[in-house]
Amino acid sequence: MPKVKIKRKSTVTDMTAMCDVAFLLLTFFILTATARQPEALKVDTPSSTVTMKQPDTDISTLTVGQGKIFFGVVGQDVRMNTLERIGEQYNITFTPEEKKRFSVIENFGVPIANLKQFIALDNTERMKINQPGIPADSGANNELKQWILQARYATKELHNVDLRFSIKGDSKEKYPEIRKVIDILQDQNINKFSLITSLEAKN
Amino acid sequence: MAELDTSGGGNKKGGKKVRSKKMSTRVDLTAMVDLAFLLITFFMLTTTLAKPQAMDMFMPDKNDKNPDQQLDVKASRTMTLLLGSNNKIVWYMGVAGDNPPNVDNFGKDGIRKSFIEANQKVVATTGDPKKGLMVIIKPTDKSNYKNFVDILDELKIAEVPSYGIVPKIEPAEINLLKDNGAYQ
Repeated sequence: MPKVKIKRKSTVTDMTAMCDVAFLLLTFFILTATARQPEALKVDTPSSTVTMKQPDTDISTLTVGQGKIFFGVVGQDVRMNTLERIGEQYNITFTPEEKKRFSVIENFGVPIANLKQFIALDNTERMKINQPGIPADSGANNELKQWILQARYATKELHNVDLRFSIKGDSKEKYPEIRKVIDILQDQNINKFSLITSLEAKN
Repeated sequence: MAELDTSGGGNKKGGKKVRSKKMSTRVDLTAMVDLAFLLITFFMLTTTLAKPQAMDMFMPDKNDKNPDQQLDVKASRTMTLLLGSNNKIVWYMGVAGDNPPNVDNFGKDGIRKSFIEANQKVVATTGDPKKGLMVIIKPTDKSNYKNFVDILDELKIAEVPSYGIVPKIEPAEINLLKDNGAYQ
């Protein structure tokens, strides 16, 4: 009588289905991805229960944190046009190369005097340096006011819509800093803007 | 996880026809799945799936060009909130001094409860649901941005019909905060 052999079960599993699913998901993520832009100024936004999404276009974000203010506006064409206008205001001429480089900077916080140097830096260096923020003190040196104004003109000219503003503040930021930004906006009769928050459950 | 080829070995018996070995059509997918999941993880982490939430807010017009457009609100309907330090809120109804100030903190049992109670009281006295509570928010220099966002959020949750943000703070109000230890 032959011995009854216990059949050894194969450890191999069929991975075809798993592979299919994995690649399907991968394709989905690649197609829907808009890579997160590295932020020049890291802020921890406060949470709220509002569930309104921020629009994608014609919006400018003013980031406030660590006592600094950073400016950013959506759209390469708008950024280019804004830079041209700022150049006119401050009698600085920017070369087409510089304009092109500036148009990919999502947000920044350097005084206009250092802008040329800043544009000349490459992307990784730009993230490394400690940007001082845009001067926003009242008086003649209020560069933030100019940026806001020129970005509004640029958006109006290119897209014929009003530029919207959102304030992205750090939760630990003292209120007077935020107030400064709100005041600058209000000086230009912008009484409506949005505050960027992260989502929180209603309890 | 390599697959063992167990189909071979049959052709060594002498004399028989040499059959061409049938190749297995199965490919080891383990490495491919590994790679796929690695990439999925990468894309999931770098994607901003959730766009940031935006809370709309309106500030009162700064220049009083049209004084006739300003709305007069009965003092009894107003509730003035002073945002102080250490996440404290000092609030009073009506005019300062008329009513004793209250100290609250943020959260479900704190200011939200007060809002709802005050609103009910006001509606009961006016007898008109449209004429509800009017909240005046005064963020002081000692408050932080989180307090400000939180209070706007609480207003929304408590369904307070109207509110305004007033940056001007009277010295008496600062004293009020100091008395309650909310101005450090």
